[in-house]
Amino acid sequence: MPIKSYLAHPYDGKKDDLVIALSQISKCDVIPAENNDVLIIVTETDTLKEDEQLKETIEAIDSLKLLAMVSGFDTPKNN
Amino acid sequence: MQNTLSNSVLSSRRDFLKKMAAAAAMTAAATMFPGIIFAAEQEKNIPNAANLDWKKGPCRFCGVGCGILVGVENGKAVAVKGDPNSSVNKGLLCVKGYHQTMCIQAKDRLTHALVKKNGTYVKTPINEALDLVASKMKETIESHGKDAVAMYTSGQSTIPEGYIASKLMKGAIGTNNLDCNARLCMASAVTGFLTTFGADEPMGCYEDIDHADYFITWGNNMAEMHPVLFSRMLEQKSRRGAKIIDFATRTTRSSTASDRSILFEPQTDLAVANAICYEIVNNGWVDKYFVENHCNFSKGLTNIGYGLEDNFSFTDKPEKIDFAAYKEFLEDYTPEKVAKYSRVSVKDIKYLAAIYGDPNKKVVSYWCMGMNQHTRGTWINNLVYNIHLLTGKISKPGNGPFSLTGQPSACGTAREVGTFTHKLPKGVVTNEENRKLAAKIWKVPVERIPSKPTYHATEMFRAVDRGDIKFIWTQATNPLVSLPKTSRYRPAMQKDSCFVVVSDVFPTPTSDVADVILPASWHIEKSGLYGNSERRTQYWDKMVEGPGETTPDAWMFIEVARRMGYGDLFPYSKENHVEEIFNEYRQFHEGAKHGMAPLEVLKKESGAIWPYVDGKSTQWRFNEEFDPACKKGSGFDFYGKPDGRAVIWQRPYEPAPEVPDKEYPFWLDTGRVIEHWHTGSMTRRIPVLNQAMPHAYVEFHPDDAKALEIRNGELIKVTSRRGSCVLPASINERGLPTKGQVFVPFFDENMMINDVTLDAFCPISKEPDFKKCAVKVEKA
Ligand code: SF4
Repeated sequence: MPIKSYLAHPYDGKKDDLVIALSQISKCDVIPAENNDVLIIVTETDTLKEDEQLKETIEAIDSLKLLAMVSGFDTPKNN
Repeated sequence: MQNTLSNSVLSSRRDFLKKMAAAAAMTAAATMFPGIIFAAEQEKNIPNAANLDWKKGPCRFCGVGCGILVGVENGKAVAVKGDPNSSVNKGLLCVKGYHQTMCIQAKDRLTHALVKKNGTYVKTPINEALDLVASKMKETIESHGKDAVAMYTSGQSTIPEGYIASKLMKGAIGTNNLDCNARLCMASAVTGFLTTFGADEPMGCYEDIDHADYFITWGNNMAEMHPVLFSRMLEQKSRRGAKIIDFATRTTRSSTASDRSILFEPQTDLAVANAICYEIVNNGWVDKYFVENHCNFSKGLTNIGYGLEDNFSFTDKPEKIDFAAYKEFLEDYTPEKVAKYSRVSVKDIKYLAAIYGDPNKKVVSYWCMGMNQHTRGTWINNLVYNIHLLTGKISKPGNGPFSLTGQPSACGTAREVGTFTHKLPKGVVTNEENRKLAAKIWKVPVERIPSKPTYHATEMFRAVDRGDIKFIWTQATNPLVSLPKTSRYRPAMQKDSCFVVVSDVFPTPTSDVADVILPASWHIEKSGLYGNSERRTQYWDKMVEGPGETTPDAWMFIEVARRMGYGDLFPYSKENHVEEIFNEYRQFHEGAKHGMAPLEVLKKESGAIWPYVDGKSTQWRFNEEFDPACKKGSGFDFYGKPDGRAVIWQRPYEPAPEVPDKEYPFWLDTGRVIEHWHTGSMTRRIPVLNQAMPHAYVEFHPDDAKALEIRNGELIKVTSRRGSCVLPASINERGLPTKGQVFVPFFDENMMINDVTLDAFCPISKEPDFKKCAVKVEKA
């Protein structure tokens, strides 16, 4: 069950749009910075395949300029 | 609706991992955007935020002195956020600040006293351990004299702790064998201030950031070491177009965030500073009125040595000179001559000089360890002051030289209380008036306070090695990781000839050699006061109970003093000793030049800057407009000097004591990283920070790595004439040293780079140079 965190950089002036778009996606938590144009995304999926699909979904968001992975964990399903 | 971590229903392990993942991202973000806030996340992790009791205090870590609010629930610290009322950080914190309280619950926290018996540590009631400490100290004094006992304290000790240490050693016992780890980080700043202005600590304040057009950082990686201030500078850069110029020996995160990065060959900052003065003088950029009315010119001795031998001593002999002589001296420092050995181009030297020389631009110079940990540390401090004095850019909002401190109370405790061998809470031991004042307030005979300084930090541990010091007590510091040349001082401290007492919060390589380990209270488990880099004194109340028999250091000193028969000098109560001690200490600084805010004010406000006069902080000293201590009509009054004039010093370039050669072809530079606080004893116990930076490394320039066929992560042995250390190589990662130089952070007790460093020091300040020695590197 992969858990990953990313830094997401929005296009200029698109931070709010990016927050809204991300909040529609399940298995994806968003922590926006208060004073900078960057968000933290934490994803939690059941399988590696689902993890990849989720990443593709996020990358397809228009307001997203750059997605940079920071850390990744994989845990057994029943843990 | 946005999902939130707290709403997720997760097993505790998964919940933990998600928090770790989020925290790792926050750490990464914080290094890219210093001072970044994730307030929503802060609040969200807080159980039942409404029920939290938020208590104010200063951050435990660096000398910036950010105001924090600690959320306490059921007697436990459960959250930390920036204090929006603190003018220092205006609600911002760096990654260390946010996570600081997480170390308190570390599994290996020292909760009880430990006494070494037959080679093993035995848990001992604190009273019994203090009995032993007092009797050993007394016994040592009786058998070997009072100069056989020593105390080594910290810029992380609180003001009352430093004060009681000084009163015990100098006033009660009557020895000047007291020094502290601030000797390793800002002693050169002190001697720089004293020789130039006759008064210690910066004249300006952090509000300078809001006014300056240029920030010039001298060997100072502020993005990692003073992140909240750097983020305030970045804000001014984007808001007003203020410019940041990074002048350093290594490309760092500060360099990449700056408008311009200028690199120089180690040690040649002395020559470049003189070349800037040459340009200022020869282009007619001198503020003649200011210099004629407020400055003198002096020169001191040259070829002053490096302190490499035991019992080294040096006394400067200042001699007045005139402007013409100074101008002639500068002829050796034309940009063309200096460019040849500094590796700074003529164009860049002229560029820097033109910034300082432009009367319409406000400039603040910042520095910290790069200039202070320098075998000519006092000189380079003097030389940067010269630049500001020649141009009159000093003591005005947005204009001034500003030496930053590394520790949270390097100013408040080490410098103001004076936990150095030569210092008293006011003035120095060599001054009879200062001794008389101390004797009066301490109620001891003046003859008891010795008039001669004894051991500064390096010499103190040399004396332990020689067997001259037979009892040493260290508090809130980890010298066996932080001293230079630990390859000598670790075996020294292991010798049976010296009884070692270590008071700390966690076990360290220093406590590993102790005969008695005393369990100290951590920051928020006691009340206290710290003084930050901008002369701001900050008070906090005890917020939570410490575990087991943990005890505030000040109270342990008092208990030991009483056991040694000095009870009448230490009449404080356990509940109120912090207040009682501070009120006694304040008497030393009464008056317009250093008056400190009363406790009632400090309890209410997020700190106050001294001199605190008529209910007001003095933000810019020595300028009549802002500083009531200035002589009326003077305009500027450098009142630390009898004639009110600051000194422009003639100080030459002199080489480092050890330079790369055939056998040891690389410079070694050591320093810090944003994630870890100094020797890492606290931050390595904070999972988020430790995960972000789990171990030290040796940084190479890619060309050097290529020539030596070294790959990233490969284990490398770094060796000097003193010792060696094995670390993984780091190429093009955190920082980029210049060619011919390697850099190693010193936070990692498992990779002891200080076994390799050299214990040479500035002969005036006695501060060691951790930034320059010669090493060879090979695959391990
Ligand atoms: S910048 Fe310094 S004082 Fe401020 S939060 Fe970070 S470590 Fe603490």
